[in-house]
Amino acid sequence: MAGAERSRRDFFQRLARGAGGAVLGGSVWAYLLQEQAHATPFALRPPGALDEEDFLATCIKCGQCVVDCPYDTLDLAKVGDPVPIGTPHFVPRTTPCFMCPDIPCVKACPTGALDPGLTDIAQAEMGIAVLVDHENCLSWRGLRCEICHRDCPLTNTAITVEPHPRKLSKHAVFVPVVHSDACTGCGVCEKSCPLPEPAIKVLPPALAKGKLGEHYRFGWTTENAITQEFDPAEVAPEDIGSRLQESMDYLNEGLTP
Amino acid sequence: MDSSRRDFLKASIAASSAMAVGLPLSKEARALASQAEKNWQWDKGVCRFCGTGCGLLVGTHNGRVVATKGDPKAPVNKGLNCIKGYFNAKIQYGKDRITQPLLRMTNGKFDKKGKFQPVSWEKAFDVMEEQFKKAYNELGPTGVAIFGSGQYTIQEGYVSAKLMKAGFRSNNIDPNARHCMASAVVGFIQTFGIDEPAGTYDDLELTDTVVTWGANMAEMHPILWSRAADNRLSHPERVRVVNLTTQRNQCSTVADLEIVFRPGTDLAIWNYLAREILHRDAMDKDFVQKHCVFATGPYDIGYGMRGTDKFAFAAERDTQAKQREITLDKWEAIAQRKTAGMKVKQTHTKKPVAHWMITFEEFKRGVEPYTLDFVAELAKGDVDESLEDFKKKLVQLADLYCEKGRKVASFWTMGFNQHYRGSWVNEQAYMVHLLLGKHAQPGNGAFSLTGQPSACGTAREVGTFAHRLPADMVVFNPKHRARAEKLWKLPAKTLNPKTGSHIVKIMRDLEEGKIKFAWVQVNNPFQATANTNHWLKAAREMDNFIVCSDPYPTISGKVADLILPSAMIFEKWGAYGNAERRTQMWRQQCPPPGQARSDVWQVLEFSKRFKLREVWGEKPIPGLQDADFPPGKLPDVLPAAQAMGYSPDATLYDVLFATPENKRYRWPDPVAKGHDNCTVQDLGENWFPEKALFEEYAAFGRGHMHDLAPFDRYYADDVRGLKWPVVDGKETQWRFNEKYDPYVSAGSGFEFYGPALKALPTGDLDGVTDKNKKSLKGKAKIFFRPYAAPPEQPDDNYDLWLCTGRVLEHWHTGTMTRRVPELHRAVPAAQIFMHPEDAKKRGLSRNDVAVIESRRGKVKAIVETQGRNRPPKGYTFVPFFDESVMINKVTLDVTCPMSKETDYKKCAIKVYKA
Repeated sequence: MAGAERSRRDFFQRLARGAGGAVLGGSVWAYLLQEQAHATPFALRPPGALDEEDFLATCIKCGQCVVDCPYDTLDLAKVGDPVPIGTPHFVPRTTPCFMCPDIPCVKACPTGALDPGLTDIAQAEMGIAVLVDHENCLSWRGLRCEICHRDCPLTNTAITVEPHPRKLSKHAVFVPVVHSDACTGCGVCEKSCPLPEPAIKVLPPALAKGKLGEHYRFGWTTENAITQEFDPAEVAPEDIGSRLQESMDYLNEGLTP
Repeated sequence: MDSSRRDFLKASIAASSAMAVGLPLSKEARALASQAEKNWQWDKGVCRFCGTGCGLLVGTHNGRVVATKGDPKAPVNKGLNCIKGYFNAKIQYGKDRITQPLLRMTNGKFDKKGKFQPVSWEKAFDVMEEQFKKAYNELGPTGVAIFGSGQYTIQEGYVSAKLMKAGFRSNNIDPNARHCMASAVVGFIQTFGIDEPAGTYDDLELTDTVVTWGANMAEMHPILWSRAADNRLSHPERVRVVNLTTQRNQCSTVADLEIVFRPGTDLAIWNYLAREILHRDAMDKDFVQKHCVFATGPYDIGYGMRGTDKFAFAAERDTQAKQREITLDKWEAIAQRKTAGMKVKQTHTKKPVAHWMITFEEFKRGVEPYTLDFVAELAKGDVDESLEDFKKKLVQLADLYCEKGRKVASFWTMGFNQHYRGSWVNEQAYMVHLLLGKHAQPGNGAFSLTGQPSACGTAREVGTFAHRLPADMVVFNPKHRARAEKLWKLPAKTLNPKTGSHIVKIMRDLEEGKIKFAWVQVNNPFQATANTNHWLKAAREMDNFIVCSDPYPTISGKVADLILPSAMIFEKWGAYGNAERRTQMWRQQCPPPGQARSDVWQVLEFSKRFKLREVWGEKPIPGLQDADFPPGKLPDVLPAAQAMGYSPDATLYDVLFATPENKRYRWPDPVAKGHDNCTVQDLGENWFPEKALFEEYAAFGRGHMHDLAPFDRYYADDVRGLKWPVVDGKETQWRFNEKYDPYVSAGSGFEFYGPALKALPTGDLDGVTDKNKKSLKGKAKIFFRPYAAPPEQPDDNYDLWLCTGRVLEHWHTGTMTRRVPELHRAVPAAQIFMHPEDAKKRGLSRNDVAVIESRRGKVKAIVETQGRNRPPKGYTFVPFFDESVMINKVTLDVTCPMSKETDYKKCAIKVYKA
């Protein structure tokens, strides 16, 4: 196994060893229980999985989803995996989710840890593909690759390409862009990336997503009508300027040398 | 899209908690979240920060701005914002908003040495009135002053200027915009006879060559820079970008050519270009002959320092002495055709703006010494660059300017304007563009970028300067005064013909006890004025009264005696004018908090406290010499006022503002579309001051080359500001160009029709030879201006250059942006940017604390050797936003003698380990 994946695994093994060291005086069982109790931000779960905390509380590690997965995508985590032991997960670079329309894994789940309400696989939110490595992504460098875009089961929706002028020559660069509202995190792109280590990787949503400030909207993505009959507020909310005393203390402290 | 209230609430909670942990929302949740925004109300607005003037859409809910977005319909920014603009929705909500007037008191009474305590507006104005009248009655109109602003709304600037000039008969109102673009103004007025650029931002897309001169557009005009960069990237074979700078900065990431020059040598580089144009026969002879004349002026004009060293610290005296006499160095000697070591008395400090026409041959003689060899050796700014490489760059620069058919647009900001010869270097930009015939055409032109959001719209166009009246008129011109008196319905000779104190001089006057009342409006001069140790002390220790109107506590508030809480941008009606002559307006979106009030209201309310008999009687003006006035005084105009129907007991509010004409503009007005107006509410009357005052003001410019559209037009849903002159409902793209500008005479092609300074004597490079003034109507002037050396340069003791400026994340002194937690987190403190070798030599490494010391003061800052700015050896840069690194204690208050604009870019410092 090559660099990036190995070092990721090493990292978790070191973490596990560190944690293990702390519990050497107790039993290995206690350690395993403790490890199990901690949700890991790196786990990629089967389609329909509840939020990680709820998922761990609900999943009974029966393995039914793994059994029913026709592609052997899913696996139960073993000791040393970056995921609590016994819980189902998948590693896209090994086998991605092929997005079965009938979602057999969800149907197999006896506890609802995989939400039976998920009936359209395109609505799954297993993760989000992130084009992490612009420096090595062939498309970013201007080579006409864009395999991730073409292989994406939701191509032109979950992954689009945006052409940009290339500074170095008279060629456009086709930059793959992932749209998180459509991407299911199936990982086909990560699997098919032609680099020895993929430049695009699926990350759990909580890790992958930033967040636009609630005080801002992108104007070109929204309706922009001007309110015609404005209804003004008579007074400003009271919490504005709630620290007058602090202001006065600052003003009264005098100039600092 | 219907959902029950319960679902809605659940969804809102889910939405906000999902956002809190960064989870993407399901489609249903997103739909419900947008349902929550259904009651938000939206209106168009303008970004609060820089002179770019980006359009916004402002969303409000429950009396608060909840969100903004870049306005996709705004031609300036097409929906984009920079990271400051992104935070417009947060600037009003710093927790320490001042919501009540605060007065220094002891035992319930005003005391200059007392502590700030909350008082009522009534009490605040009582004390303010008493203190104003004390200073005014003792010293006359010159004993009071207003620190104005390039961030005033048009109406704020107008009421303040009118109250001072027409009411108090004082010209001591001057804006912080003096620090920002006064040199650009002198350049415009002297070259074209009228202020403000010929071109527009569209030149950024239309040009083949973007040349930035002392303008870090990448950080200071971020959205304009993205337009320039897009042009470069979209046309890689044709478009070139050149960055002329004194340190490597963010513009260099896009630039094809980066030229790092020694501070002040821009003056020489322009002359090299002019010489090249002549030697390469690249001059557009037809254009020059038809539309231009050649001119020059005196060189010995001083450096804008005080003539006396009475108030100087001991260490300041050597620099200060240069105001009286300098010794020419070897460069200046060649550049000015003199001999090195020659002592030159500065004999034209009183009339630095004088100039005269010269012949083309004389002009040619003037630029002849500026050979490639001479200029390269003088101007090379990076000791690590070879002279040959630097020469190659200068030649490439000349190639780009001179190439026939290549469109060139030059842009500059503070590097030119904040310059001991700022007016000259502005004029030199026009010199080159006019010689080439590459001006006032799409994609071709020299364009002065402004710093502040309404430096053009308010400070310049309204004329909130010590010498200006609206629409490019000046107080010292009797015809201009007469026109203003007529429009303002004032008795003749009400207006004071003597130029007041510019903003640096207001500070000096405070220190000298000549001004004893000052009102700070929409700015923070005690942090922003160079050499501020003097002024901080003057404010606190001299017998004076300082009022500071501000929404937040600032350094200027700290040294004030009374603080008045002001409404912020979307809490009031207003209008800004950006650098491309675009006037943009907005409505009040939410009420001001607590007892904060609009600045317009503050001025109107204060004006109610003055009766005509108190201000329009005879008033002393020390030093006044004017043919139409008795020496040293303004005449009593009360009898004439009475003849006009004004009672001596009428208030300035009645006579200047709430006039019968203005009261015709009633409130409510359909243009409001339901929006409130806090000025109207607090006045308790039913007229619409912002509209009435705008229309009154606009009368100055209509038909006088400064036509503004009717007030309501700017509020139409489909208008995103209009570029003046707006004639017959049409805005003007390129001025002075017959194809675009209705003021240009038919058949002339181009006409530089500005009326100011259009008759000149004739002379040679050294002086006037024929005093008879000849008209140069319709023509622009091509000035010869020589290289002159900066008055303070690094020496053995103070061995580094210091330049100050901004960073993208912070606006000016940070009073708003430092209250946005995200911006504060990104850039919490000002650093000193320096070359790693310079740091090492001083035993400093990155992140060490260093002392920065000049002749005037010292401060501490953290060392940065690998940041966004990469100074060459010998050069440092410190931003001025951070009040805990108050770099203006260190800077030098040298100004361009013509524009009185401070040179914040050049002084000598030493740096050592703290």
